[in-house]
Amino acid sequence: MKFMEQRSKAMRAELKKFRGFNLKNLPEFEGFAPGHRACQGCGTVLPLKLALKALGPNTIAVSTTGCMEIISSPFPYTSWKVPWIHVAFENAASVASGIEAAIKVLKRKGKISKRRKINVVVFAGDGATFDIGLQFLSGALERGHDFIYICLDNEAYMNTGVQRSGATPYGAHTTTSPAGKVIKGQVTWKKNLMGIVVAHNIPYAATASPAFPVDLMNKVKKASLVNGPGFIHVFSPCPTGWGCKSEDSILTAKLAVETRIFPLYEVIDGKYIINRKIDKPKPVEEYLKLQRRFRHLTPEQIEYIKKRVDEEYKKLVKLSECFGVES
Amino acid sequence: MGEKVAKEVSIAIADAVAQCKVNVISAYPITPQTHIVEHLAELVNNGELDAEYMPVESEHAAMSACIGAAATGVRTFTSTAAQGLLLMYENLFIASAFRLPIVMVIANRSISAPISIWNDHSDVMTMRDSGWIQTFAENGQEAVDLIYHAYRVAEKALLPVAVNIDGFTLSHVIEPIELLDQELVDKYIPPLRMKYKLDPKKPITMGAIGIPEIYTEAKKAQDEALKASYRIIVNAWKEFEKLTGRKYQPVETYKIEDAEVALIIMGSLAETAMNAVNLLRKKRKKVGLLRFRLWRPFPMRDFIRAIGKVKAIGVIDRAVSHGSTGGPVGIEVRSALYQSNKRPKIVNFIAGLSGRDVTVEDFIEFFERTYEAISKKPKFSYEIYGAKE
Amino acid sequence: MPKAQGLVSWKALAPGMFILESGNSVEFKTGDWRAYRPVLDKEKCIKCGTCYALCPDLCYKKDKNGYFIPDLYYCKGCGVCAKHCPKGAITMVLEEA
Repeated sequence: MKFMEQRSKAMRAELKKFRGFNLKNLPEFEGFAPGHRACQGCGTVLPLKLALKALGPNTIAVSTTGCMEIISSPFPYTSWKVPWIHVAFENAASVASGIEAAIKVLKRKGKISKRRKINVVVFAGDGATFDIGLQFLSGALERGHDFIYICLDNEAYMNTGVQRSGATPYGAHTTTSPAGKVIKGQVTWKKNLMGIVVAHNIPYAATASPAFPVDLMNKVKKASLVNGPGFIHVFSPCPTGWGCKSEDSILTAKLAVETRIFPLYEVIDGKYIINRKIDKPKPVEEYLKLQRRFRHLTPEQIEYIKKRVDEEYKKLVKLSECFGVES
Repeated sequence: MGEKVAKEVSIAIADAVAQCKVNVISAYPITPQTHIVEHLAELVNNGELDAEYMPVESEHAAMSACIGAAATGVRTFTSTAAQGLLLMYENLFIASAFRLPIVMVIANRSISAPISIWNDHSDVMTMRDSGWIQTFAENGQEAVDLIYHAYRVAEKALLPVAVNIDGFTLSHVIEPIELLDQELVDKYIPPLRMKYKLDPKKPITMGAIGIPEIYTEAKKAQDEALKASYRIIVNAWKEFEKLTGRKYQPVETYKIEDAEVALIIMGSLAETAMNAVNLLRKKRKKVGLLRFRLWRPFPMRDFIRAIGKVKAIGVIDRAVSHGSTGGPVGIEVRSALYQSNKRPKIVNFIAGLSGRDVTVEDFIEFFERTYEAISKKPKFSYEIYGAKE
Repeated sequence: MPKAQGLVSWKALAPGMFILESGNSVEFKTGDWRAYRPVLDKEKCIKCGTCYALCPDLCYKKDKNGYFIPDLYYCKGCGVCAKHCPKGAITMVLEEA
């Protein structure tokens, strides 16, 4: 118990030293180059660019198969300015584990300076994380590798044409959960991935939204500062897959937070901290009406969504009260 | 020179891997290779081997971690069998296409269903197309020697190597084995230096999309690399002979020079077959044996040269290729011979599936049936031998 | 004899088909995709950097006076910058044919 408390204290002291980024003085470094093939208004490549900016050049990135990999690496072009590897759909967490282990060995053998911090970051989609890659994520988190896993969640298998995933929200129309005459859209609630990740007792886990770019960058940086796994669940709008205007993509990311659908919080060493308390949430309809994937929702479905969103938010508030930070 | 010590072959293999100064080991248990990864865990935790030991959560993760570590420029190892090999299947092709020098030991075991832990070659025969260099060991000493060889070849050719040992019948037996002295190992396997690796000082992109305009070229480049590795493999064995006096060649033959009939067998069953050869030779029958030590790249020239004037070949497969024109080795042998001028008759048996004993008497029967084939063409292109009717 | 269709000779490929020149997508012009173009009104601009932070296509660059100027070589005309500019200093204008 004492060891855990000491780890917690030391880690929070380290995190306190980090002042945070500032919109006026963002680092100039770009880990990602323009000329990539993402759709207009893509809300998934934006957090990727911000994360690399926050991490700096001493970074090795691993991608899963998905939109971000496809748009960034059509031979002979690559948008990656940091070393990057893409292996397969589900195993980025294991590949990152191998890279992290290799770096540890190279440091022990003096091939890399022990003081040099090399970030190992995974960019994975929701399909690759919630579904096919869950085992690999769980294993890497349990083994405690010092890496950052960023789940860019656009709530469906977008790259292959908008099929549902475990992250698809209730009621959403996708090609494999279509809004039909009898069954109207996705029938299950979005999988609680943060709950699964937090259950692994990792030092840092957080949710982030590209509509709050400085907050997102701060969280990625914090995840890199802790010694052990850091996990960021990023809400990543997809105008193409969600059926919203390209200029509205970041607006949906803002409304998702302001309607309590995707609250922004951190879990630092098991302690819940809600970053933005939404005491007066905006109506959920404001978020839903921007997206064609929710166009078919019946009043009953919308009622259910409202009730459930509020319930989940209240659960989160309770968690922050029970397992919150004293200081 | 080291001295011969009685050791379980799995333990000796783990000791050899440790001697090769491996840096990252990803381990997942599966019968019958588990003793290898267990002993490596002991060596690491006792401080005798400075390596990162990753107890991964599946074989797919094991190979993924090896790919990540090898891409960062360190020496890696993993070990698996049957279902485990099949689970890491997509990564096998990626590892060879990425030209990563990963070394893997496969303790050959039957693949499900029915689930079976006993020895045959059905697991490794599924990876013929994977682009890996593949070798087969016949006994414990050879298994250990193939490990040293594997690291040297993998890192020179920049291709992954799979060393195959028979599960249980080789992995779990105690044999007299001599490990090389550490100085010789260090001389034989120089430190790994990879030109292309994940390094923030020289960022590169690994795993870009192979659009139709480049995929063919990428595959050709990979194929040429595997074919070119033959020279590296043979030279590495020549170098090994200078260091130890033990001679290894791509194709191993036994009394085949004047043989009229020969059997082709892979792995440790070859030792039983040799007894049959000796018995028949006493009766003045001109019989011989041929074994592939190097399976991929297929040693076409060595094979064609080795079979000499043999009139009939009996190929003993230890895996089934359902609905095909033969067992896996039978298919390759027929295909190789068809491209040469030699036309021995070929009989193909599938035997020794899932640990079923293949005795000296069985081998004598194989020889007799192959003799028959000289005058009478066999009715079936392959036969699953010994199935109870 | 089939017409060779490959981009480069198989001998010219790096082992593993690795791309050795990082970030070379800068050669690819995505500016051709857009229908609308962002136009900046410097009078209204407060140089806050929101457009720079939120552009998915990394178009914005700070000029020597601190204004953020979009690079039309890459701009896909998504309109996120115009939507989120706190002072409404950016307008999306239809590209001439």
